[in-house]
Amino acid sequence: MKGVSLVETQKTGRERKVSEVSRDQRDARQKGDGAPSGDGSTLGMKIQDLAAFYGSFKAVTDVSMDVQANKVTALIGPSGCGKSTFIRCLNRMHEVIPGARAEGHVMLGEQDIYAKSADPVNIRRRVGMVFQKPNPFSKSIYENVAWGARINGYRGDMDELVERSLKQAAIWEEVKDRLKESGHGLSGGQQQRLCIARTLAVEPEVILMDEPASALDPVSTQKIEDTMDQLKQSYTVVIVTHNMQQAARISDYTGFFYIENMGDPGQLWEFDETEKMFSNPERKETEDYVTGRFG
Amino acid sequence: MARGGTKVEQQEGGAGGPDFKASMTTRYGLDRAFTVLVTVAALVGIAVLAVLLVDVIRDGSGMLSLKFLTSFPSQIFPENGGIYPALIGSLWLLGLTAVISVPLGLGAAVYLEEYAEDKRINRIIEINISNLAGVPSVIYGLLGLGIFVQLLAPVTGGGSVLTGALTLSLLILPVIIVATREALRAIPGSIREGGYALGATRWEVIWSHLLPMALPGALTGIILALSRAIGEAAPILVVGVSLYQTYATTGPFDGYMALPTQIYDWISRPQQIFQDSAAAGIVVAMAVLLLANSFAIWLRNRYQQRS
Repeated sequence: MKGVSLVETQKTGRERKVSEVSRDQRDARQKGDGAPSGDGSTLGMKIQDLAAFYGSFKAVTDVSMDVQANKVTALIGPSGCGKSTFIRCLNRMHEVIPGARAEGHVMLGEQDIYAKSADPVNIRRRVGMVFQKPNPFSKSIYENVAWGARINGYRGDMDELVERSLKQAAIWEEVKDRLKESGHGLSGGQQQRLCIARTLAVEPEVILMDEPASALDPVSTQKIEDTMDQLKQSYTVVIVTHNMQQAARISDYTGFFYIENMGDPGQLWEFDETEKMFSNPERKETEDYVTGRFG
Repeated sequence: MARGGTKVEQQEGGAGGPDFKASMTTRYGLDRAFTVLVTVAALVGIAVLAVLLVDVIRDGSGMLSLKFLTSFPSQIFPENGGIYPALIGSLWLLGLTAVISVPLGLGAAVYLEEYAEDKRINRIIEINISNLAGVPSVIYGLLGLGIFVQLLAPVTGGGSVLTGALTLSLLILPVIIVATREALRAIPGSIREGGYALGATRWEVIWSHLLPMALPGALTGIILALSRAIGEAAPILVVGVSLYQTYATTGPFDGYMALPTQIYDWISRPQQIFQDSAAAGIVVAMAVLLLANSFAIWLRNRYQQRS
């Protein structure tokens, strides 16, 4: 059993309990799923030779990396170097854009999500995604969370699931009295945490976050970061961020994307433990970037 | 540093700087002039409608009564005549046209906006639909005559109210499709992505998010289109509306009279009593339109509140 987790709300400094109920349930489920457990750390996703295209334009090439389970992996790099494109390949959202496609292998547990037999709709349920701009549905707060679970055939107690998901996303206290109101009435930071809750409600194995805090103020950003810290105990998190301090603060592993020459596809330039990436990276470009010399 | 330099420049070149000469009086003057202009433009529409209403109500008030609504038209005793079968016929036309055209229009718009890829055939369909919106209505009547009255007579019963509704549906489909497509296009792509990212199928995203969000916009188009449909005389004249019949329409395969053709029939007679009947008929037709529109607007507001 893990200890009771505490999330600090910035405004009041008040301490608040986060539901423990779900975590045990989730842990049990993940073990049952038969994810390959190595010695010590488990593998969340294994990416091999991934390339992404927009029509004939190759945006990302030759990415191979191991995403560790129950860790936060941050992807950093200058704008336009393929981080967002890459992360969208991890739950087959890339191909939603007309003309876009990806090649290579992404192992989610035992399954290659780019195998012919893989069903993108099912993959996206297992690998959730939080977007750069908060995109709550035009529905009530309750429905925003319940909808995904309902279409995926959730049979349990919906009220309980909604409450648990909102608690995990650290927004329950703020919305519990107005669950029937529209999600659009919330502030940007609250909307983003609602979107996280919505993603949690379908019980994914991996959560992808594409610059989840880039449109938010510092207080909201702090709340999202706290949430992420909680999430990695039950989920594998991959996050794209432009904020180097954020990557350093929250992630266990960091991947640096870089384009050598204009017009080339983006590559994974260096990938290592966050501590090493920020203190003693192997490559000069990484060092220049993390120390703020460019980008 | 460079950044600091720009700041200083901006301050020097501010609105009070020597390079800015436009006087505030001129700018506010233009502002007021434009305000007057657009207000007048808006009032013209209202004034025309008001004059029209006052005129027809004055002419038709002598004939307007509950009896007018519930009586058959009469050539022998025109003062006892009414508009009953035409009113019922138009209501049938309105209802059937809505039932036929709304699902077809929504479906076509969803296909074009959400499913169609940018293929040659889809572009041809798009151009066609835009052009169809501009075809004169009597041409649709001729099309209806060829297809629904003659070719499909065993199904439609020839010149039935169903045929009229099918013909009017063809007429207004392009308007509904275009309005719905605009509404769908206005929904940000992030809503679709949010849905897909939860493991939703395309249909689930369309049904749960896109259609409810597009409905207010689509309803605006549907209101306009249906209003146009029940005001049309030309196409239904071609496909067999009755100028007189001794019974009111009771089913989709019955013959039918309609308000615009009834008004047209009355107004073409020289006697004053028929002219007054026509004016009363116009008041009834406008009341029907107004009621139908109010219902649609109520429906639209209900959906807007929910979202």
